Amino acid sequence: MRELLVDLPVYTAAHLQLSLVALTLAALGSVPLGIWASRRPQLAPSVLGTAGALQTIPSLALLAFMVPVLAALGSWTSRVLGFEIAAIGRGPALLALSLYGTLPILQNTVAGLAGVDPAVREAATAMGMTERQRLRRVELPLALPVMVAGLRTAAVWVVGTATLATPVGAASLGHFIFSGLQTRNYAAVSVGCFAAALLAIALERTIRLLERGLATRRRGLVVGGVAALASLALLAHVPLATDRDDSGRGPVVIGAKSFTEQFILAELLAGWIDREGGGAPTKVLASLGSTVLFDALRTDEVDVYVDYTGTLWATILARSGPNPGREAMLAEIRRVLAAEYGIEVAAALGFENAYVLAMQRTRARELGITNVAELARKAPRLELGADYEFLARPEWRALAAHYGLSFRASRSMDPSLMYEALVRGQVDVISAFSSDGRLAALDLVALREERGVIPPYDAIVLVGPRLARERPEIVRALRRLDGAIDAPTMRVLNGLVDQSGRSPRTVALGWLDER
Amino acid sequence: MIELVRVGRRWGDVVAVDDVSLRVAPGELVALVGGSGSGKTTTLKMVNRLIEPSDGVVRVAGRDVRSVPGPELRRGIGYCFQQIGLFPHLSVAENVAVVPALLGWRAERTQRRVAELLTWLELPLELADRAPSELSGGQQQRVGIARALAAEPEVLLMDEPFGALDPITRDTLQQRFQEIRQTLGITTLFVTHDMTEALRLADRIAVLDGGRLVQVDTPRGLLRAPASDVVEQLLATPRRQAAAVDALLVDDV
Repeated sequence: MRELLVDLPVYTAAHLQLSLVALTLAALGSVPLGIWASRRPQLAPSVLGTAGALQTIPSLALLAFMVPVLAALGSWTSRVLGFEIAAIGRGPALLALSLYGTLPILQNTVAGLAGVDPAVREAATAMGMTERQRLRRVELPLALPVMVAGLRTAAVWVVGTATLATPVGAASLGHFIFSGLQTRNYAAVSVGCFAAALLAIALERTIRLLERGLATRRRGLVVGGVAALASLALLAHVPLATDRDDSGRGPVVIGAKSFTEQFILAELLAGWIDREGGGAPTKVLASLGSTVLFDALRTDEVDVYVDYTGTLWATILARSGPNPGREAMLAEIRRVLAAEYGIEVAAALGFENAYVLAMQRTRARELGITNVAELARKAPRLELGADYEFLARPEWRALAAHYGLSFRASRSMDPSLMYEALVRGQVDVISAFSSDGRLAALDLVALREERGVIPPYDAIVLVGPRLARERPEIVRALRRLDGAIDAPTMRVLNGLVDQSGRSPRTVALGWLDER
Repeated sequence: MIELVRVGRRWGDVVAVDDVSLRVAPGELVALVGGSGSGKTTTLKMVNRLIEPSDGVVRVAGRDVRSVPGPELRRGIGYCFQQIGLFPHLSVAENVAVVPALLGWRAERTQRRVAELLTWLELPLELADRAPSELSGGQQQRVGIARALAAEPEVLLMDEPFGALDPITRDTLQQRFQEIRQTLGITTLFVTHDMTEALRLADRIAVLDGGRLVQVDTPRGLLRAPASDVVEQLLATPRRQAAAVDALLVDDV
């Protein structure tokens, strides 16, 4: 809990900053658009319709979608204009959030302008105001309270949605929610939700103050509202002092996907670089999407992370067909990543985290199932629970094709809930990871897969091109991690977080201290 | 001062105003009278180009109005209408000062003018900082008239300015307006459907029917020789009112 509260101000400030900047961008975009649309009555419905359609895109998808969009844009700008755009981090988050905040402000700008009394408009024209003067002196001041009400709605949406900025690499209160869900740390989840809710309420109240002041023309309230907003904005900037070191170099950024093992390994790499790599400052960027992370490494937005050979084989090298065996696969990945991306495979940690199908031991014995072939015969009567990725992955398609696997039903769910569903008998089989501490802790069996359909998933440390080029001392330190963690050790470390409720950082530091 | 020469306005096939020619002499008040849809408001709005004519020429102070940009033209012509259209986000004084502000008057001059107008229109000076919504209907229309007169226009357009007021308020305000207008000698085109009001205020009355001008004459001339049934009908109400009052007076004697 103490560890949570130490991080809270930093993430709250980041969250507030992200929300305020997104709201400002949304207002800057949608107010002129609203003015423009309300002067063209035949266009207004289609402008509002487009904004409305954007709103129906699930927010998480909209955020994730901005990453490839920015990556494509970035490769164009670096080619044509000579500068790059960061495809992960605040860029995609701001873009998606400001798109998200556009609709209410746009709607209320149009509604506010349409709500101006026609007699007042006629008087303004008849007094000799030009169209621009009428807009600035009469229509906008009268529409302002309605427009600010739109800003208020947008603020609540944006603060809520900003929690989803974590998977695209922007720091926000979502950090507590995503990592908490993965490590089953519900205190962290609650802290994240509660802080985000408080922030939304604070912002809503402040803007409401401003709105009331404008509507009732009370200068005191308006000044108070603006001052409160300004101090919130100031607050958002305080704890985010620069994180560059003395030599002006940024910290080594260590990435992690969104599950327990990755959180531990990221902290472990950070500690390792601190102790063995000459004390270079580090920064952990956790809960990133799997493909977001590789793109980030490629473009030097992340410097180091741990990936798995089988994953890279299928998604990055896009190889299908029979797997060539552990050593050959690693060698081929090493070669391709170095040649095509300048990425170095610094170490193979010494354990594998493969997809396995797992069942409760008693249930498996009851049904006489010990391997995947036997499972295939009973599968039509059984139900499968899988993590979000599994059913869409080539491994599943290969398994299903080779063994003729076909379940009565299959469901995607959050990995931590998946185990509970298995223990309670709501599903019969789950997609698990071979290094997961819960396999032993919950007395599950991993079903043998004897035909070698699923490729090996050796954990390897990847180093981005810039770090590989510029910081040889860190790369040398990382190379010494080769073979440092075997499968039982990793299962224990995972179990300490998932079962015993320790934080990934504590567990990682414990391992480092023992070495 | 105001001159309409063979002015017409069509919207598609609908003819709102058809071949209207009319002159308003300096200092004169001409009332445009007619039923609804007779084209009186359209005719009025073509003078300050709130509506552009389809045919003919409109001149104000000898200048073709089309030779002046609309906003500039309108700053020189007072305008006052039934819905008043005060700016709800501005104070009474700021409302009155709208046109002087557009013309870039200096603050002292504007301030003096606002005070003068409020006094003329019998509005207590302490109302200057109030919002229009705090005023009664009669007070609001006084502010509307003050706003129309603020920049010392030579020409004033009024579209049923007293139409929404209760009879007593209307009567006092008509009286006050008439005094101010005659003192300042402002040329006025005045739209009303109320013949009694026209007879009382106008130097001459122009009767419109179906977009055409059917008679232009002094109140006396109109009463003596109505040119058509339409004019006769419009005069029926004031005649009946006058007869009823006369009958009561006769009984008394």
